[in-house]
Amino acid sequence: MTAPAAPPPVLEMVQVRVALPPGSDRPHALEALDLTVRAGETVCLVGESGSGKSLAAGAIMRLLPEPQVRMTGGTVRFDGTDLATLSEPAMRALRGNRMAMVFQEPMTALNPQKTVGWQIDEVLRLHTDLPRRARRARVLEMLEQVRIPDPASAINAHPHQISGGQRQRVMIAMALALKPRLLIADEPTTALDVTTQLAILRLIRELQRDQGTGILFITHDFGVVAEIADRVAVLRHGVLVEKGPAAEVLNRPRHAYTRALVAAVPALRPPAPRDFTESPVVLRAEAMRKTFAARGGFLSGRRKAVVAVDDVSFDLRRGETLGIVGESGSGKTTVSRCITRLLEADGGRVTLDGRDILSADARTLRAMRADIQMIFQDPQASLNPRKRVVDLIAQGPMVHGMPRAQAHARARQLLELVELSPAAADRYPHEFSGGQRQRIGIARALALEPKVIVADEPVSALDVSVQAQVLRLLADLRERLELSMVFVTHDLRVAAQLCDRIAVMEKGRVVETGPTAALFAAPTHPYTRALLSSIPGRDWSPPDTRHDAA
Amino acid sequence: MSLADPIAPGGATPTRASVFWRRYRRNRAAVLGLVLLGGVLAMAALAGFYEPGNPLRRAAAPLIPPFTDLAVPLGTDQLGRDILAGILHGARISLLIGLVATLLSIGFGVLVGAVAGYFGGWVDDVLMRITEAFQTVPNFVLLLALVAILGSRIEYIVLAIAIVSWTAPARLARAEFMALRKREFVEAVRNLGVGHSSIIFREILPNALPPVIVYASVIMALAILLESALAFLGLGDPNYASWGNMIGQGRAVLRTDWYVAAIPGVAIVLTVLSFSLVGEGLNEALNPRQKKG
Repeated sequence: MTAPAAPPPVLEMVQVRVALPPGSDRPHALEALDLTVRAGETVCLVGESGSGKSLAAGAIMRLLPEPQVRMTGGTVRFDGTDLATLSEPAMRALRGNRMAMVFQEPMTALNPQKTVGWQIDEVLRLHTDLPRRARRARVLEMLEQVRIPDPASAINAHPHQISGGQRQRVMIAMALALKPRLLIADEPTTALDVTTQLAILRLIRELQRDQGTGILFITHDFGVVAEIADRVAVLRHGVLVEKGPAAEVLNRPRHAYTRALVAAVPALRPPAPRDFTESPVVLRAEAMRKTFAARGGFLSGRRKAVVAVDDVSFDLRRGETLGIVGESGSGKTTVSRCITRLLEADGGRVTLDGRDILSADARTLRAMRADIQMIFQDPQASLNPRKRVVDLIAQGPMVHGMPRAQAHARARQLLELVELSPAAADRYPHEFSGGQRQRIGIARALALEPKVIVADEPVSALDVSVQAQVLRLLADLRERLELSMVFVTHDLRVAAQLCDRIAVMEKGRVVETGPTAALFAAPTHPYTRALLSSIPGRDWSPPDTRHDAA
Repeated sequence: MSLADPIAPGGATPTRASVFWRRYRRNRAAVLGLVLLGGVLAMAALAGFYEPGNPLRRAAAPLIPPFTDLAVPLGTDQLGRDILAGILHGARISLLIGLVATLLSIGFGVLVGAVAGYFGGWVDDVLMRITEAFQTVPNFVLLLALVAILGSRIEYIVLAIAIVSWTAPARLARAEFMALRKREFVEAVRNLGVGHSSIIFREILPNALPPVIVYASVIMALAILLESALAFLGLGDPNYASWGNMIGQGRAVLRTDWYVAAIPGVAIVLTVLSFSLVGEGLNEALNPRQKKG
């Protein structure tokens, strides 16, 4: 995109500084940020949570939560005009018209009370003098452009009646309805499934090519960066640490932080296969079924029951890690809840070390729970906020009869095992960061010395660099303690890191199972193929910077 | 966070109590409420010093207006009883009634709400229909009926007040439990093999309690008002100098000697006000949605 005659800049940020309220962890959310977006160009602003990347968008749109957070220096120029000189009405006319924004969560960004058509129409009504009929034609045209099936009926749909991907398409239609010069996309695909994500990214690219829009794309995901970026800017604690052409930053990162971030992206190289054919089976699921019967209201009729898990069978051998991979709604989380009997399955058998767990009575089940433990997705939600860390970890052994003093001593040992300081024991969960909390969750799961650990998306709520650390910890513990693990994830990159075998789920069924390397190299089921080809940045593999001395 | 050292936990954080006090202090009215409550408590504490014997005994000539006789600073009623002594001893009775009735109603209400919210399904249906049955009868009518049946002894009055006021905390606790039982930390402890009663009382209850505690201040104020209203109608326990009894008796001389009814009335207003202000302050201090400061 570095043609000889570079197109004019749409957006120029010069030495932009945004102050945080006193008492925050740092005085400035953004320190002297310089950033340029040219017409027809996509600039990715990359950073982890708390890096200030979303506030950068706020500063451009002049939508910062003032007066606590406000711009204290620098200029933002849009098409050559200094935005600080504009009056509020002039700024309002600009927003949505010549600069538009797409948010992460389309469900909350759309008004649930109004139809999709009405909401796109509103943009046109506010910023143009088009008559009603012309506006409707334009709305239909936009819905067609963002490739929503059957635009004529979608125009009358309410946001909850269409899927998440379609809602994001509607948001994009709204943003692009007036052919803006600048589009700010704040993590627009983070909440979406990989296949949908890829479709949305392609759509944004295509519309950009047609309209010559400059795009500022805010993301934390280097895969997405590799997919869409022309240029990349990396933000850390509000300071721009590196910027440059995408190929340059992705393959030859110069700043240490960028290098660490890129190295933290899980490579799509499965580990060397290990052989488990000799090991005994610890967990076996046979023809497991679970149907969610929707409970109809008094006046509304019964809704259709949803089959969440349909005839799922698998084996887990000792020391092995089985990945259960699928998109949202595929039933993978339900599988994890059924084998731990947090949900009652409707049919089938699950045997743990030869004993049936699904038909165990309450007392046997409680004793069996010590053998199958879980690591949860959200470390914030899965730790009781009112308990000290040592009590959280010691709770399991104490329930199963270990004396208090011994359980506490064991909890302190476990903290060391998960690389937390012993001083952490007497603190409360809210005093820790996300990654540290997940370590506490892992320690709790290990406290009972279970035979099987079921990990439900254990790293998807974490930043990439933290994610890499937790994955490394899990791999390390697995080796040392000979853990058998069922690893549920939507992220194929993560699955490739840890899993020996992978079961791919679609609509409640396992469509393909195989050793990770074989499955990645030669997927047989079309759905597996679709999933694999949708991994963002699948053609880019992070450079191995540790050996890159140059 | 980012690439930070995973070993060092977050910096030193202030203790729970100091955070709580800082948030509470932000609301000036709540601090005033606390001062008023302190005053009521002081009155209850001083009752024994001022009038160690029976506050219902005849102390001086009847109907002495306030601030005229040093021996009876707030005057006397039509039977010559010292109004100040009545107010001080009445503070004890009112606080006692408020406290016991609140504990009973919150205890029972939370138990019902917790069980209904945690188990859901038919348990919830049954318990909530019962709750609704109580809610459909107007509070005060039910209270009058209960007192008419049970009799006017102070224990029965407290019990009757608790019976008419447990429904609101039950609904509140049920809503909290319904929201909390789906949280991952509950699944996590279930997965450890922890039993239902432990989960309800040790895991969920501490997290569900803040709104209930706030509501307790409302019940406390209501209980005092209900008792006063009963006494006003002559259904109070005549053996105790409660504020309601005093107003009830002052009614007879309201036109000529208004202060006999007005002074205990002011005491009730200030006490109820102090509870509701404290409740508001507690709400701000305990409400997890207000995380600023």
